[in-house]
Amino acid sequence: MAVKIMIPTPLRQYVGKKDQVEVEAKTVAEALSRLASEYGELRRHLYNQEGKLRSFVNIYLGDEDIRFLQKEQTPLKENDVLSIVPSIAGGTALRRVGA
Amino acid sequence: MGTATLNPISELSKDEILRYSRHLIMPEVGMEGQLKLKKAKVLCIGAGGLGSPLTLYLAAAGVGRLGIVDFDVVDFTNLQRQVIHGTADVGKSKLASARASLREINPNVEVVGFETRLTSENALQLFEGFDIIVDGTDNFPTRYLVNDACVLLGKPNVYGSIFRFEGQASVFYARQGPCYRCLYPEPPPPGLVPSCAEGGVLGVLPGIVGCIQAMETIKLIIGQGQTLIGRLLVFDALGVKFRELKLRKNPDCPVCGTHPTITKLIDYEQFCGIRGEEQTSVMVGIPEITPREVKKMMDEKQPFVLIDVREPHEFQICRIPGSTLIPLGEVPKRMHELDSAGEIVVHCRSGQRSARAVEFLMKAGFRKIYNLKGGILAWSDQVDPSVPKY
Repeated sequence: MAVKIMIPTPLRQYVGKKDQVEVEAKTVAEALSRLASEYGELRRHLYNQEGKLRSFVNIYLGDEDIRFLQKEQTPLKENDVLSIVPSIAGGTALRRVGA
Repeated sequence: MGTATLNPISELSKDEILRYSRHLIMPEVGMEGQLKLKKAKVLCIGAGGLGSPLTLYLAAAGVGRLGIVDFDVVDFTNLQRQVIHGTADVGKSKLASARASLREINPNVEVVGFETRLTSENALQLFEGFDIIVDGTDNFPTRYLVNDACVLLGKPNVYGSIFRFEGQASVFYARQGPCYRCLYPEPPPPGLVPSCAEGGVLGVLPGIVGCIQAMETIKLIIGQGQTLIGRLLVFDALGVKFRELKLRKNPDCPVCGTHPTITKLIDYEQFCGIRGEEQTSVMVGIPEITPREVKKMMDEKQPFVLIDVREPHEFQICRIPGSTLIPLGEVPKRMHELDSAGEIVVHCRSGQRSARAVEFLMKAGFRKIYNLKGGILAWSDQVDPSVPKY
């Protein structure tokens, strides 16, 4: 199945500045794994050292969070759209502002 | 936000009626909505990029009491996006500067300032006196703190977040829907939070996201429309794409789930791994050299190589004369260009990235290698003030 993966702006630098990447995959796991093999630098932003999807990177199939579907085993259909939605906080790692 | 509309005419002055007339003539707001706004108490966390448009619009809209938590001081790098502050405010407290701007916009609004760092010790007490909390922070520990405090107190948390060209907005209200932890149970480890080389934000982006937060706040107050409860709005400024994703309440959520394990505020810096990161980022054992020592080596014409590991776009802003640019990411494949027996000084903007480069090169066998302490910022402070800081 050809599916589209929408890349958020902070991660586009790892995929040649593309806003979406098309891959062939039957499940969410397969799609992400294809994406990470094609763009090696992206891997550490998606998976932790144990090879598990990072908990601050959410994956949506259409507008639905895959954690509420069949997680990474969620099957894909032709032309499905996956989105990677990482958590962002505003760019300061430390608590500099009073807020 | 009660129903005190029995005798509304007496509650808005003639001047206020004129000021809010464009609200009053809309049935969705009307006198009832405007009085709700006047009675509303909203607390904004941060008077920065998001807090600027947010507080400006909430004040203009006639929110009765506007609290602001911020202890920062206005600096020049804020002005590109924090439009509540002006050039003459640089050096002043953000709170004082924001208060002056808001009073000018609408003197009817009571601005309550809290010049303090929001902490687990003071958050519940600060939030207690307000109906709605608006999160305009720029870091993960405070975001989780704001979320948990709102869940524990049963208050809505109007969320907005930005990074470079990406924006997110939602309304987390655990009584009616999911909270921030349902969306993101854990923060990224600090090592994966982009460094200063990859940071930055398009100045107008917090304007857009902060305005969405202001709009959601007003909708919550006047009880109109569908708020972002249960939905995440994602904005891509590069493609000008707004997308909406479903948010679901996680029954296992540690703070708003059916069996919560977090029942009081915790240590959020520890939760976000910040303390551990600070220890490792000091990087014990990295040899350092001060800007003055490097200047002396230059003046005495001692042979050494100065490597700048910043990015090319930073090299265009300013540079130390005689330095060679090798961006941090290219160091492994370009280290053969360097003489591992020769003396090398490595620098970046503030000294963090160059410490990583020095660590890497030491492991690769370089021995006479030093990190320029404080980077080009310190160089500007201590050696050559004509080098611009950014």
